[in-house]
Amino acid sequence: MSELIALSIGTIFINNFVLSQFLGLCPFIGVSKKLDSVLGMGLAVIFVMTLASMVTYAIYAFLLVRFNIEYLKIITFILVIAAFVQFVEVFLKKNIPVLYNALGIYLPLITTNCAVLGVAVLNIDKNYDFISSTVHGFMGGASFLLALFLMATIREKLDLADVPKPFRGAPIAFISAGLMALAFMAADKSMLEIFNK
Amino acid sequence: MSDDTKTIEKLDREQSFRDSLLYKEFIKGFFKENPSLVLLLGICPTLAVTTKVSNAIGMGLSATFVLICSNILISLLKDFIPDKVRIPGYIVIIASFVTIVELIIKAYLPALSKSLGIFIPLITVNCIILGRAEAFANKNKIAPSIMDAIGMGIGFTLALLLISFIRESISSLGFDFSDYGGKFLSFFTDDPNNSKIVINNVEIYSGAKIFTMPAGALFIFGLILAAINAFKQKINSVREKEDV
Repeated sequence: MSELIALSIGTIFINNFVLSQFLGLCPFIGVSKKLDSVLGMGLAVIFVMTLASMVTYAIYAFLLVRFNIEYLKIITFILVIAAFVQFVEVFLKKNIPVLYNALGIYLPLITTNCAVLGVAVLNIDKNYDFISSTVHGFMGGASFLLALFLMATIREKLDLADVPKPFRGAPIAFISAGLMALAFMAADKSMLEIFNK
Repeated sequence: MSDDTKTIEKLDREQSFRDSLLYKEFIKGFFKENPSLVLLLGICPTLAVTTKVSNAIGMGLSATFVLICSNILISLLKDFIPDKVRIPGYIVIIASFVTIVELIIKAYLPALSKSLGIFIPLITVNCIILGRAEAFANKNKIAPSIMDAIGMGIGFTLALLLISFIRESISSLGFDFSDYGGKFLSFFTDDPNNSKIVINNVEIYSGAKIFTMPAGALFIFGLILAAINAFKQKINSVREKEDV
C-alpha cells in the first residue's frame, strides 16, 4: 500500500507529467486560457488515462507477450486509444448526457495528447503490474489537471497584467510555466523517504 | 552577346522555379510556417529532447523520415481511405513508420535510443505529422506533398537545433556526440560531466545546469518566441510606414 501512495505522490509532484516530463504540452498551452475549460479537459484526460492504462496493460500482457509480438505495441496502443476514445464518446452521449455535454468537445482532442500514449508506454517500460499501472494512469491524469489548473489561474491574472508587447500570448505563458517548473523542482526523492520507514 | 542571353535565360529559369508551387511548399516550413516556433505544433519533443544537440539531430531526422513516408503514402491513398475513418487510418500509417524508425534506432544507435527514450514512440502523436497529413497530403498530389514534408521536417529540425544549441552551450559549454560514437567538442574543457572555465586557477563559470532541466527549457522557448514576435512586429511597423 505504501508503495502505491509513494507512486501517487511521485507521479503528481516529482515526475509531474506536464512540468517535468513534457507530456501533454500542446493542450497545456492551448486549453489553459479559461478555468471552465480546464476542468472539463482535465477530467476527460483523467478518465481516459485511467481506463486506457488498464486496457493497454491487459492487451500487452495477455496478447502481445503471449504471441511474442511486443514490437507491435505502438500500433496496437494508439489504435486501442483511438477506438477507446471514440467508444467513450458514444457511451457518454447515450448514457450520461450531462457528463457528455461537459467533456464532449475535449474528447476527440485526447487521442493525440501525448500524455495518454505516454502513460501506456511508460507502464510497460517501467514494468508496472496491473494495479500500479492503473494508479499511475489515474495520478498521471491528476498531475495533468493540477498543472493545467495552476496555469489557468496564472493566465487569468496575466490577461490583466501589463506585459511587454513581444511577450504577449504564448511567450509569457511559457515563461510562467518555466517558473512553475522551477517550483516543482523543489519536490524531489527526499519527499518519499517518509514512506520508506 | 551569347553569354548575356544565357544569363538571362538562367535568371528566367530561376525566377520561374521560385514562383513555382513546389518551391513555395518547400521553403514555407523554414521560417514563415515553422512548425514548432510559429505554428506551435509538437512542442513536447521540442522541449523534452533538446538537452543535447545530438538528441536534437536524432529526433529531427527520425521525425522528418516519418513525415516524408507518411505524406507519400497518404497522398497516394487519399482516394481509397473512407472519409469517416481517415484519422484512425492516418494514425495507423504513421505508427507503422514510427515502429520502423524505433527498431532501426534500437539496432544501430542504442545510446541514442536510450537518451530519446519514450519520445521515439511518441512521434506517433506528434501533432506536426498528423497535422500535415490532414491539412496537406490529404488534398494534394504526391510531388507537393513530398516537398511539404521535407520543408516541414527541415524546419522542425532547425528549431530543435537552435534550442538545443543554446541549452547545451550554456549548460555544459560544449557539444556531446558520444551517442553517435563521436567526441565531446568544447573550447574549454574535455570532461562533459564537469565542464567549467578556469583562468589563472580561478573558476569563472561552471555550466548552468538549470538549462538541462525542464524549467530552463521553458524559459529558453519563451524567450525565442518573444524574439520572433519582436522581429515580426518590427517588420510590420516598417511596412506600415512604407505604405503611408
